[in-house]
Amino acid sequence: MLWETIIGLEVHVQLATKSKIFSGASTSYGSSANERACAVDLALPGTLPVLNERVVELAIALGLAIDGNIASYSTFARKNYFYPDSPKGYQISQFEDPIVSNGRLKIVAENDLKIINITRAHLEEDAGKSVHGEYTDVTAIDFNRAGTPLLEIVSEPELKNAKEAVSYLKELYYLVTSIGICDGNMQEGSFRCDANVSIREQGAEMLGTRTEVKNINSFKYVERAINFEVVRQREILENGGKVSQETRLFDPEKNETRAMRTKEDAHDYRYFPDPDLPPILINEAQIDKVRATLPELPWDKRARYVEEYDLSLDEASMLANDYSVSNYFEKCLGESTLSPKFVAHWIVGGLFSLLNKHSTTISFSRVSPASLNELLGKIFRKEISANAGKRVLEIMWETLNDVDKIIDEEELVQISDDSVLQQSVDKIVKDFPQQVQEYKDGKEKILGFLVGQVLKQTQGKANPEIVKTMLERILKA
Amino acid sequence: MHDVILSTVSTLKEGLLSKKYSSVELTTEYLDRIATIDTSTNSFITVCEEEALRQAARADELIKQGKAGVLTGIPYANKDIFCTKNIRTTCGSKMLDNFIAPYNATVVEKCMDAGMVMLGKTNMDEFAMGSSNETSYYGRANNPWDLTRVSGGSSGGSAAAIAARLAPLATGSDTGGSIRQPSAFCGISGLKPTYGRVSRYGMIAFGSSLDQGGPMAHCAEDLALLLSVIAGHDHKDSTSNKRGPEDFSRHLNKSIKSKVIGIPKEYFSNNLNPEIQIIIDEAIKHIEKLGAKIKDVSLPSTSLVVPTYYVLASAECSSNMSRYDGVRFGHRCEDPNSIDDLYERSRAEGFGDEVKRRILMGTYALSSGYYAAYYEKAQKIRRLVKNDYISVFKDVDFLIGPTCPSIAFHAETFAHDPVQMYLSDVYTVSANLAGLPSLSLPAGFTQGMPVGMQITGNYFKESELLSLGHAYQTNTDWHNRYTTEKLGR
Repeated sequence: MLWETIIGLEVHVQLATKSKIFSGASTSYGSSANERACAVDLALPGTLPVLNERVVELAIALGLAIDGNIASYSTFARKNYFYPDSPKGYQISQFEDPIVSNGRLKIVAENDLKIINITRAHLEEDAGKSVHGEYTDVTAIDFNRAGTPLLEIVSEPELKNAKEAVSYLKELYYLVTSIGICDGNMQEGSFRCDANVSIREQGAEMLGTRTEVKNINSFKYVERAINFEVVRQREILENGGKVSQETRLFDPEKNETRAMRTKEDAHDYRYFPDPDLPPILINEAQIDKVRATLPELPWDKRARYVEEYDLSLDEASMLANDYSVSNYFEKCLGESTLSPKFVAHWIVGGLFSLLNKHSTTISFSRVSPASLNELLGKIFRKEISANAGKRVLEIMWETLNDVDKIIDEEELVQISDDSVLQQSVDKIVKDFPQQVQEYKDGKEKILGFLVGQVLKQTQGKANPEIVKTMLERILKA
Repeated sequence: MHDVILSTVSTLKEGLLSKKYSSVELTTEYLDRIATIDTSTNSFITVCEEEALRQAARADELIKQGKAGVLTGIPYANKDIFCTKNIRTTCGSKMLDNFIAPYNATVVEKCMDAGMVMLGKTNMDEFAMGSSNETSYYGRANNPWDLTRVSGGSSGGSAAAIAARLAPLATGSDTGGSIRQPSAFCGISGLKPTYGRVSRYGMIAFGSSLDQGGPMAHCAEDLALLLSVIAGHDHKDSTSNKRGPEDFSRHLNKSIKSKVIGIPKEYFSNNLNPEIQIIIDEAIKHIEKLGAKIKDVSLPSTSLVVPTYYVLASAECSSNMSRYDGVRFGHRCEDPNSIDDLYERSRAEGFGDEVKRRILMGTYALSSGYYAAYYEKAQKIRRLVKNDYISVFKDVDFLIGPTCPSIAFHAETFAHDPVQMYLSDVYTVSANLAGLPSLSLPAGFTQGMPVGMQITGNYFKESELLSLGHAYQTNTDWHNRYTTEKLGR
């Protein structure tokens, strides 16, 4: 039997604000437990929420970027449930009138562009964190995260497999980080997702029963969790069983999902409009103001890199997707007259391998755009060879020394002076008569070997192009 | 000193400024009265003797320096629903018996800034849910006019304290009549302002879309003074109106001539005690004599207001009460063996019957499958009630009727019939549903017990309401009646 997978994703994006969504407490991460929880966050009696207006601007930015409908009137609702890390006994969220609806995101699926519709994006507050196992017999609670602003972005169930899901997530990730509404720190939970997964017979009209895998915070885990679910559900159905509608957790260590709660013990959240918060009213002027500050979106940037800079789509994607990379790239371009293609080539081919080697990201690069430019200028002017350039880059990373100093100390200056090279060229012609003869007999490829010998003779400092010209001149004479 | 306790706040103010007595002396007088008399009225849950004397001394210093504001040095009683920094705030519940807020309610902060002296925290129905003060964990506040009768609720402690002259001013809160009904029962004046006029920050929530803090006092003139202190926009309360502070005393003497008074026919139905009807008719005639025009009007949704109110208030209550889970503050059961056990026993032990009843009703009204039939329908009726008022206020300036269908009832009258007690809120809840300002003034006596008249005005017309009240009180003396023999002093 042929099966078809249907996936819908709910992504929780932590909005990059200084203070919480309904209180003045700081959102900074890593403070000691409960230090960032004020009376409002702890839901002490009599305290009231006051909306942080910044979150509205950030939600509008997303709405514009996904070409969605930005509600002129949207409301907050209370989602009632008891949980120790939910201080009020309800979460303030949006239910009936979300701030953004009907958006879309273009993703690459099997080398084709595919549009995934976004049902809605709504504002809500995060809960605190239960800490198990740190104290004997009790669970501790850290309310620092309580009240952190979230934007929950809900896709239509239009994703067909784990790869598409990851592609959608990455595209969304690049988007929210590029437009600056999220810091993108996935380890700290700034971008996490719930995946709704179901399968059905190929061509069937009805959707199968879905399971919801909660709170996955890495692209790799999303892919693995979905793949696990698909296989699990298929085995159940093929053995004549029924998939039960339930919430599941992904365990990355065992690489499996486990049931958390079933539909039977699902909550009745008793949503109703929050009487403490007036509706959010948004007018055109506010939207225009946000639109004016909206930076270039990742897909526009990619297209521009391909068109204007003549980059391949791969190279353009690598440079445009991550805003910190594109910032770096564009900073390099802004400070030099080198060709963008040349610079792009060195970032993708040179700097990226260093970042990989040191398992870090470009924000923590030890080579600044200015230093990189200085190095690239020297390579471009052939003051040093490309190979030497790579060496210099590595040494710069290690030592933080400047380019000239490294070239000087490592004696990497390229020799392009004929008169200096003449002696070495003559020596090689004399030392390899057999190869010289082969060349003269028409085997022109052997020239490479001779150039190599000259380079070896000069410890790699000879400019290979000059050597090549000199050899040709002598041998053809 | 004895005449002092019968004075208006303006007279007390003069006494302070002319150094006839100091704030410390005035405060001591009230604290002494509380110590002797409140054993029978039980209007205070917490008396803040030391703190009050400290505030009084500070006020005296300000008076000496010529920096006194209108209410500097004037004592007041604070309903125990308003959070006070470092002084426990119980909300009349075992749940919060040990709760000390690390902040002041905005109302408290404003009273403090005005140099007022907080005598203590007054008794109330648990979490403001009740019309008799009988749901208080600390026992009910008794009616100073007849200690076997209730003081009303939920601000019964504040009303009893004013009536027994244990404080010249008090704060109250009104979700469905909680300022006006006890004011009527105890023969004092009380004002529920327009929703959003007084900040709700730090006032423990019951029904958030209905709750409104307000002043309680002997007379409209004194209400104006306290309202001027506590009203005004607060950035900590998103439902607080953007209007700035206002001087509600300024137009107190404005003439009420040619004002049109509407008499809603639905308020004078068969359910109304005939003795009360006579008293209210008399009061209306009195106001007519002062130059107002009387007009019969109709509020057609009146029969729906009580069920509508109890659905909405309970729905909001069920959610507002969820934070009392024994996790972060308040009552926690002994040795919980699981998180569910912790919730269940903490809440079962910490909440009284009436609070539990409302949580159950509200949870039911919001449950999936019942939401449309209860909560959503009630919201629609709320809109109708509001429309009734909007339409009637096109023709009239004020609406007058009784505050309650009966005088203060004897304790435990409704112990086994809570619904009958709910029905007695029929005249008061609609001002909350519509968010309108509404005033209760003493208008006469029957069976030796005070009767309240309710005057409701259009949105943000507190100033006009108070000038009407003041005009009435300038020509009557019901608000000056005082019960001495019952309290033995």
